[in-house]
Amino acid sequence: MELVAIKQVQEAINRLANQDVYVHLETTNGAYASHHNQDFFSAGAYIRNALVRYELGKITGIGPHRVGLKLNLGWIYAEGITHFEIDSENRLLLAGHDHNGKLAVALEISTTPFE
Amino acid sequence: MEKERHVLVVFPHPDDEAFGVSGTIATHVQNGTPVTYACLTLGEMGRNMGNPPFTNRENLPKIRKAELQEAARALGIQDLRMLGFRDKTIEFEDEEKLTNTITAIIEEVNPSLIITFYPGYSVHPDHDATGAAVVRAVEKMPVTARPTLHCVAFSNNCVDELGEADIVHNITPVAKIKLAAIQAHRSQTEQMFVDMEEKLKNQDPQMMVWVNNERFWTYKFA
Repeated sequence: MELVAIKQVQEAINRLANQDVYVHLETTNGAYASHHNQDFFSAGAYIRNALVRYELGKITGIGPHRVGLKLNLGWIYAEGITHFEIDSENRLLLAGHDHNGKLAVALEISTTPFE
Repeated sequence: MEKERHVLVVFPHPDDEAFGVSGTIATHVQNGTPVTYACLTLGEMGRNMGNPPFTNRENLPKIRKAELQEAARALGIQDLRMLGFRDKTIEFEDEEKLTNTITAIIEEVNPSLIITFYPGYSVHPDHDATGAAVVRAVEKMPVTARPTLHCVAFSNNCVDELGEADIVHNITPVAKIKLAAIQAHRSQTEQMFVDMEEKLKNQDPQMMVWVNNERFWTYKFA
């Protein structure tokens, strides 16, 4: 993955708009956060292969970035995005990594289901 | 360590076997005991991607699968099974399906000892759910036919509630093999391994105790 290049990411978001796409979205503190620090309130969410269609998508912020997708009936968004990759299957993979390289958030968009 | 007929190890993630029990596994292998390792997931939800990142969410499982196979080779595990469940979903799976999966393996390999996580005392929801599935599978067997069940526990309250571990294996003779297994899971362990190696070189007492002793609680069926 590379550091976010806004222009390239925005182009990929535009390319995937207005069609059925599969979305992977997750946020996580890791399963051990509350074990290592009992005062820490651990929370996260995960959805894999949600089939949606968005009419408008944007990447914003000066970094870490935010990405929002406007659906016909609702929204998807992620914040803390630092890296991107357009992989060999032309999928847009976005992720936010902390200073130790640990993934904290991921938002991925594909025209075919994720494995 | 007692000589076993067959050892079955059941954990949810590649690398679960490396830290707490790989010295025990290596010792059984050296004793000529067949070891089956059933690993439920490929650790798809691992968070270490590196800085700069060396992989992404979709490729990580491929890397971890190769690492798991390498760790199994390092330990001399002859029978590695990847069960195809997904990381962080074990507690949400159908319980009966999980139980039956474990039962089928038990019936096939007929282990005299099973090693898994202690349900309720193993921190990660996948650990607890995996241990619980093994307990259910063994509970269904007639009392006299049940293999021994050694559980790994490491929650903050485990000693308070379970007492001290009743089985402690000193694995110093195979420590090198254990370190090789830990190192095989490079994507997960590279950062900590540097620190570990340095401490071991300096014979740091805490690190020596941590690496060379593997603790188990024998599961007591109600």
